[in-house]
Amino acid sequence: MLNPIKLREDFPILKRLVNGYPLIYFDNAATTQKPVQVIQAIREFYEKHNANVHRAVHTLSQEATELYEGAHEEVAKFINAESIEEIIFLRGTTEAINLVAYSWGLRNLNQGDEVLLTLMEHHSNIVPWEILSKIRGFKIKYVDVNEDGLLNYESLEENISRRTKLICLTHVSNVTGVINDVKRVVKLAHDYNALVLLDAAQSVPHMPTDVKALDVDFMAFSGHKMLGPTGIGVLYGKRQHLEELEPFHGGGEMIRQVSYNPQTGRCMITWNRLPWKFEAGTPNIAGAIGLATAIKYLKRLGMENVKVHEEELTGYALKRMAECQKVTIYGPKDPRQRCGIISFNVANVDSHDLALFLDSYGIAIRSGFHCAQPLHQRLGLPSTARASFYIYNTKEEIDRFIDVLKEVEQL
Amino acid sequence: MNSIYEYVSRIEETCGQESNFVVFLKYERSREAIEKILKKSELQRSISSIIYDLKFKGASLRLYSSGKILIKNVKEKETLLKVLSELLL
Repeated sequence: MLNPIKLREDFPILKRLVNGYPLIYFDNAATTQKPVQVIQAIREFYEKHNANVHRAVHTLSQEATELYEGAHEEVAKFINAESIEEIIFLRGTTEAINLVAYSWGLRNLNQGDEVLLTLMEHHSNIVPWEILSKIRGFKIKYVDVNEDGLLNYESLEENISRRTKLICLTHVSNVTGVINDVKRVVKLAHDYNALVLLDAAQSVPHMPTDVKALDVDFMAFSGHKMLGPTGIGVLYGKRQHLEELEPFHGGGEMIRQVSYNPQTGRCMITWNRLPWKFEAGTPNIAGAIGLATAIKYLKRLGMENVKVHEEELTGYALKRMAECQKVTIYGPKDPRQRCGIISFNVANVDSHDLALFLDSYGIAIRSGFHCAQPLHQRLGLPSTARASFYIYNTKEEIDRFIDVLKEVEQL
Repeated sequence: MNSIYEYVSRIEETCGQESNFVVFLKYERSREAIEKILKKSELQRSISSIIYDLKFKGASLRLYSSGKILIKNVKEKETLLKVLSELLL
């Protein structure tokens, strides 16, 4: 069991006032707050070990390299990957998806091929494929979502075919918090020899994740949504796929040799081994160390405990929000079908107005489309307000949120 | 030359089907800016001194005492800047 009151002592920002009120941070699906352990790890790196990684013989570089490679190890163990060769550090989920689009999609998707997306995807798992489709001429099909926000598996089965080369889907909707049955999708995809790219930005931070059990081919997630710093994220890929891919970015670090041939007037290039083949240039070393520290923090809590805590908060919030006459909640009512994300509206109140009102009381929520406009269109919603919880949130904060929500109903 | 940016730190176009604007006042000038806006616009109602619903030349303003303003019924940013100039300068 988590003790959020005790945990909160690790988060300096939660002690501050916003607009004269104690901060209640319910915008965790956008980014999470950082514990002192993460802040100190980044600071310690810059104070004691800062140097560029790889290919230097001096002590500082050796220390930085060990910390950086150790961060890959930490991530690999956290998601049960085979080795660090399957763990690529990038800026975040968006860049990870773009890597798959350009390194894999550009070479493997052709006219006549199809890529399946779902209507609940974040724009970051739509836009790269729409751009690439214009270049390569393959077809994109969108799998439908039911009225309650759950994925329509019949639509998936209707749309998949031998032409399907890739299914891109989110593990957890960043709007409704719906948890998709990834194993079911992967099984179906593999039956058709299609690959699966999982957007795990909203799942890895909130529940135990085992890439071997899920059997996904690629998986992307961001450090900043799981207590880590911004600017660091992960692409997991099965080694066999990553070995076959060409690099995404070219530059230093990702090559083994660049040898000039005076006879041809060209350079011959051989790639570095995995995962460095995909990490061109000086990486975000401090970010990686911060992410590894965040993972250690979460592992100490236990991801099953994190999941249970969020389920409890979500169930409690859904129950309390049902007391509000003018509040409409989107997504399934059963908290076990969703993560700690609740999108809602108050009748006759604009979602931004709602967010501004709550902000006046120090309560941070998000409003708008949450970068998931197609899902809002599908559900017929002009925009939504979204509250999202994490390890340091409490039932008392939800009570306060409900009090203010009841005031909003009077507007 | 006076500029609205003496008072305004940022303007955001809202994300949603209905596109409105949120104006963020500079913290150190927000009290002064709020007084000017209240003086020049037509007060529709106020709620607990937290919210002021205002009208100004066709624009609807919801002014929060935290220094943020939700502005509706303004289609273009140029029109918004004109409204803000008239209110603040």
